[in-house]
Amino acid sequence: MDIKVLGTGCANCRNTIALIDQVATSKGVVVSLEKVEELRDIMAYGVMSTPGVVIDGQVVHAGGVPSRQKVEQWFVAAP
Amino acid sequence: MSTAVQSLQRWPSRQPVAFLILATMVWLALYQTLNPVAESLVAALPVDRASHLGGALHFFFYDTPKVLMLLTGVVFVMGMVNSYFTPERTRALLAGRTEGVANVMAASLGIVTPFCSCSAVPLFIGFVQAGVPLGVTFSFLISAPMVNEVALTLLFGMFGWKIALLYLGLGLSMAIVAGWIIGRLKMEGWLEDWVREMPRASAGFEEAGMTLGERIQGGFQSVREIVGKVWPYILVGIAVGAGIHSYVPQDFMAGFMGKEAWWSVPLAVIIGVPLYSNAAGVIPIVQALLAKGAALGTVLAFMMSVIALSLPELIILRKVLKMRLIATFVAVVAGGILLVGFVFNAVF
Repeated sequence: MDIKVLGTGCANCRNTIALIDQVATSKGVVVSLEKVEELRDIMAYGVMSTPGVVIDGQVVHAGGVPSRQKVEQWFVAAP
Repeated sequence: MSTAVQSLQRWPSRQPVAFLILATMVWLALYQTLNPVAESLVAALPVDRASHLGGALHFFFYDTPKVLMLLTGVVFVMGMVNSYFTPERTRALLAGRTEGVANVMAASLGIVTPFCSCSAVPLFIGFVQAGVPLGVTFSFLISAPMVNEVALTLLFGMFGWKIALLYLGLGLSMAIVAGWIIGRLKMEGWLEDWVREMPRASAGFEEAGMTLGERIQGGFQSVREIVGKVWPYILVGIAVGAGIHSYVPQDFMAGFMGKEAWWSVPLAVIIGVPLYSNAAGVIPIVQALLAKGAALGTVLAFMMSVIALSLPELIILRKVLKMRLIATFVAVVAGGILLVGFVFNAVF
């Protein structure tokens, strides 16, 4: 899975990355986690509130740290 | 055991209405017991209730749970309300409106739209991109961090409803007027070029369709995030207040931050701008200053400049605004804060 976290580098963005990494590891899912910090690129996804999460090119979350359940669902839904 | 805990955790989602009614009743009942509990706590300690220390202890034991309970309640309710006002929906409400009314709407929506200062710039671009007028966007950007439920609850809990209402009224008026002025100045040309060249986005939004149970979960999450973060500031604020209440002589600050010292208002703003803190962080200082006879206008000016104008936010804004627009923004907002300070000191 290709996961991008959109955010200008605030604490919430770092927490989001840590959470996704943690859940992915515990589920044994291999992911490529990438931070998108350049404003222009963030805006290109049409996200207005950061942190946002993009999985395989699809915005799945925006505005705040996602809940653990939500993150777990992303990995369940994936094949 | 673990299944029992799990089913208890899911209960608010399964029976949201019953949960809300019960939670309200428990909250009210607890709130009623705060003063008796504080009295008996002080009585249980080997100090005289009438002494300075007794007074300070009672103040601390009563005010700490009171303010924390108020904050938890308000943050929970606002967490639920916030779920109705996503930034996307707010943008759709504001897009294409004419200025004036839209400034008022933007400032009011700033109170209920969830907002984190690190989101300020994406939000700003998103608004402008969807055709929300620049001045209206600024009304939102000024009101959102300054007039929020945490600031209002803390002001209410510590200083009473009059000061909280004043702060609400002034914060809103300032956001409306400052945004309107910036709109009148027609400064669209001072956005960075890449922002102006971005393709226009439509302002439509997708209805997420949350259930009441999910909104309750949103309320819980806000409480975890916000109350979990600000409680140490509140504790310090109340401890400072308790100490000052009983020990430091009244009017200690009056000489250099009282009404007579007109220069204290601009000084408060100059000190306040480089400082960066959320509403909860300034409350201890505000508490200390007010209790010692500093003038209300001066203290409010200080609080507003710390929250509304911050150096880190300006540095990020520089990526999308050219210098002249940033300077205008700072000048208009700082001017508004000065005005608020002077008017208050003159009236009260």
